[in-house]
Amino acid sequence: MSLTVDMELMGNVLCIRLGGELDHHTSGNLREQINKEIEANDIRHLVFNLTELSFMDSSGLGVILGRYKQIKQLRGELVVCGLSPIVHRLFEMSGLFKIVQVEPSEQNALKRLGVA
Amino acid sequence: MKLQFKALSENEAFARVAVAAFVSQLDPTMDELNEIKTVVSEAVTNAIIHGYDECPDGMIYIEAKIDDGIVELVIKDDGAGIPDIEKARQPLFTTKPELERSGMGFTIMENFVDEIDIKSEPGKGTVIRLRKHLSNSKTLCN
Repeated sequence: MSLTVDMELMGNVLCIRLGGELDHHTSGNLREQINKEIEANDIRHLVFNLTELSFMDSSGLGVILGRYKQIKQLRGELVVCGLSPIVHRLFEMSGLFKIVQVEPSEQNALKRLGVA
Repeated sequence: MKLQFKALSENEAFARVAVAAFVSQLDPTMDELNEIKTVVSEAVTNAIIHGYDECPDGMIYIEAKIDDGIVELVIKDDGAGIPDIEKARQPLFTTKPELERSGMGFTIMENFVDEIDIKSEPGKGTVIRLRKHLSNSKTLCN
């Protein structure tokens, strides 16, 4: 199974809904797609909705950490939602929870950023 | 079970799914199966990125064994090897930050299995041995 990426721009928030498998093989393309959106639009915040993600490894952590660094330079926030128990553990291990915000649902994430 | 395949990123999914299918005969929990898939993915990705520097000519070898309810995995490459294993095991340590590597590969492997043994020599490749007890087998032992 490969990775599906659905992106929606809401105001200055880019909502990225991922499905399938995020690994080293699929992470490069995802990074390019997000970067293209950030370059083309006036984006300040990112939401990663991982509800439909069936697999993720440290390559996924790398992509999210990389986007956090980018969005931090724009003084924005990165919010994640829909974390499965194993993805939750990966975030915990890597210390990502110290820098990214977690919300239980996309609705909550968008509300937090003022676009819902 | 023995697998060998080229060091292509397309093969990461194949490797973890093949090992998961083999382990399924032990009736692992979903969490255990996901942990096994993740450690295979981490080890194979390391071999592709660090062992072979993404050169697809390299080969990766996986051996999986089930011994008394314990899964044993050996993941081997003939690539560049790891100059400093202790450093490589440190959380967030990576030699390839420009590729946005998180440096969490070995930390994840250590957390998701019971035993890990890494043998590596510069220029001679890397062998990672992993052992994981499955909860079903623990119940049977008790």
